[in-house]
Amino acid sequence: MSNKSDATCCHNHNLNAECDPVLEVLKIGPSCGDAESTVQKRAEWLSKLRRESVDKPAIFIGMGTCGLGAGAGKTRAKIDEYLKSNQIQADIVEVGCIGLCVDEPIVEIQLPGRNRIAYRKITEDKVETLLDSLLKQQVVLAENQICQHRSEKLTPWENVIFFDEHPFFAPQTRWVLANCGIIDPDNIDEYIAHGGYRALIKTLRNFTPAEVCDLMEQSGLRGRGGAGFLTGKKWKFALAEKSEQKYFICNADEGDPGAFMDRAVIEGDPYRLLEGLAIASYAIGATKAYIYIRAEYPLAVRRLRESIKKAKEYGLLGNNILDSGFNLEITIKMGAGAFVCGEETALMASIEGRRGMPRPRPPFPAVSGLFGKPTVINNVETLANIAEILANGKDWFSSLGTAKSKGTKVFALSGKINRTGLVEVAMGTKLRDIIFSIGGGIPDGKKFKAVQIGGPSGGCIPTQHLDIEIDYETLQTVGAVMGSGGLVVMDETTCMVDVAKFFMDFIQKESCGKCIPCREGTRRMLEILQRITRSRRNEVGNEALERFKGIMYLNRLARVIQDTSLCGLGKTSPNPVLSTLRWFRDEYEAHIFERKCPAGVCTELLTYEIDPEKCVGCTVCAKNCPAKAIIGNLKTPHFIVADKCIGCGSCVEVCRFKAVTVK
Amino acid sequence: MSIVVETILSNHPQAKRDSLIPILQEVQEMEGFISREAIASIGKHLNLPTSKIYGVATFYNQFRFQNVGKYHVMVCRGTACHVKGSAKVLEAVKRELKIEPGTTSRDGLFSLEIVACMGACGLAPVISINGEFFAGVEPDKIKGILNAYRRKESENVK
Repeated sequence: MSNKSDATCCHNHNLNAECDPVLEVLKIGPSCGDAESTVQKRAEWLSKLRRESVDKPAIFIGMGTCGLGAGAGKTRAKIDEYLKSNQIQADIVEVGCIGLCVDEPIVEIQLPGRNRIAYRKITEDKVETLLDSLLKQQVVLAENQICQHRSEKLTPWENVIFFDEHPFFAPQTRWVLANCGIIDPDNIDEYIAHGGYRALIKTLRNFTPAEVCDLMEQSGLRGRGGAGFLTGKKWKFALAEKSEQKYFICNADEGDPGAFMDRAVIEGDPYRLLEGLAIASYAIGATKAYIYIRAEYPLAVRRLRESIKKAKEYGLLGNNILDSGFNLEITIKMGAGAFVCGEETALMASIEGRRGMPRPRPPFPAVSGLFGKPTVINNVETLANIAEILANGKDWFSSLGTAKSKGTKVFALSGKINRTGLVEVAMGTKLRDIIFSIGGGIPDGKKFKAVQIGGPSGGCIPTQHLDIEIDYETLQTVGAVMGSGGLVVMDETTCMVDVAKFFMDFIQKESCGKCIPCREGTRRMLEILQRITRSRRNEVGNEALERFKGIMYLNRLARVIQDTSLCGLGKTSPNPVLSTLRWFRDEYEAHIFERKCPAGVCTELLTYEIDPEKCVGCTVCAKNCPAKAIIGNLKTPHFIVADKCIGCGSCVEVCRFKAVTVK
Repeated sequence: MSIVVETILSNHPQAKRDSLIPILQEVQEMEGFISREAIASIGKHLNLPTSKIYGVATFYNQFRFQNVGKYHVMVCRGTACHVKGSAKVLEAVKRELKIEPGTTSRDGLFSLEIVACMGACGLAPVISINGEFFAGVEPDKIKGILNAYRRKESENVK
């Protein structure tokens, strides 16, 4: 029966009466009532929300940005149509991305009494086949099966592997991504039923802000956005400042090309971020928080807006949260597309409505940040870790990982790899395991060349260092940085000089222009790389001389930029060149001395020939040649005049008979 | 002052400098681009010189000063897309539309923009047309994709 001491556990809650539906959130609070009827009702309610059993089929469609890109919208329309025309009652749940982007659109189905089963690549044409037989309890489309989820009470499908046996999911430790692709991201109740908001309730009732900061520091959580500064320490600096107004900023301006974990977390589990942000704001004494998010993520922005609204209705945001006297207002600020705004001080300038240019530190943002007030900035993944740490304890968190890097890290796998997607692994996992076990290796039997980590500030890691145990420190020993965790895999057909050129082009465009070394230096570095990849045919005047001069200066220029730039972007901007030079010097030398591109990417350095055996004389190549360098009559083999060829490669692209060979 | 801009500004009463970027974003969303007139009105509303507003607006990649086409083609040039050959995709789009990035075709149908990363790296290379994503595009698929839009347009005309 009810316990008197619990009677004040949640406001408006009378233990002798049944809970009002709007108080459902509070019903499951850890110190809530324990009257028998309440307990039973709560258990039923939670079980239903967790979908431990369903009374009609539930169909889950992965509708994150990657799902939609692969055609999940059409799949959903087809499923709706099918259900309607066959008069079948079913729940359709739009979930976020489960992480296996390559297999989108992913459709999962849970029939009453049966385990939830996942199917890959369910495009609209496969919907009918799938639903026809599956609704009759028959397993179909064996090649499209991914796995089934484990559960205690439900009947498993025969000959279908479990989620924790699938090569992509088995080696992962999913803490941050636990709910992504599993729960309905728009439904706050489902998040709560899966353990959400327990940490916030615990924090507000049991801990002072100083205790939260201590706990966070002891847990060893480090910023997941790049530099890896101890989160608890950062909070402490801001907590120590006396000010009538403090701010907390969530950096969701995921500008690193090749990283998309923040988008996936917001799209798939937005309340986890809001809960983390609330705890973090409480810990430093901030009453106003901003989420600075890229405008390029329209779905994530929409989801955040709706989640904030819902959390307010539930009293989990706004004034006097959970009767604790703690107020928090969250405002969404959309970034306007500037990579440099990932830098703390530039981001704040952007929120203030100015050009996103960094300023010197000190004063650090924790002392004088947004609008001159103490401010802490953390990125999405960092904040998504907070609730779990508070709920499970600092020792639970720090038991995983390496000596100096604790917990897990989410990596975005992309590029030349079989299973692209989002993976979350324990710190200290070997890079080789991530790429070859989880990622499934390189497609088309090609050879692995390098993996690029950390975006434009990071570096490339070659084969010989694949066995390093990934954490903040080990990556630095091989000239890379953790960054936000984008892993772009490159195979033998990727040219490292071209990659360096690509990054320099990106950085020189994104340099804010404040410091000369970065603004001018990165431009000069790009020009040097461009000259290396330019053919002698297209050189005029003393450009050949410039080419050699540039190579001599490349290293020195890189050091100057590193030493004399103000912000992180500038200081790390030569990294892509330095790291490729360090590990792939031979490729640079092939470009410079032999004037060849071994990977066959730098088109100007290639020579083209037409194989007379294969050429049928269709004249397509001659018509498409912009330099009119191809001669030949209809139905007779054509010929490329080497002197006229500018090496653009358009003949290779248009030839349907693969008669153009490249050397 | 256009009614659209007026409505947007009236939604930001007593706005200060920090509302500048949200206002610019709203104006661009409603009007497609940021006109000189709009900048002048925003300047009056925020009590800021237009030079400052141009300073901010030209700093960020998002803001445009001329209208986009009916179909706005965005080609992703992120790292993953680059490694998977987005440079060739971009070439194909340029060749097909006969326009350069940042410009609009003469009939006002298509405009082309290069974006740094759309966050759909798992599906590289990607392009998006009016927000609709096309995953794993190859240079030879471009013609078909764009022609579908052209067909749609000529059907509308009829």
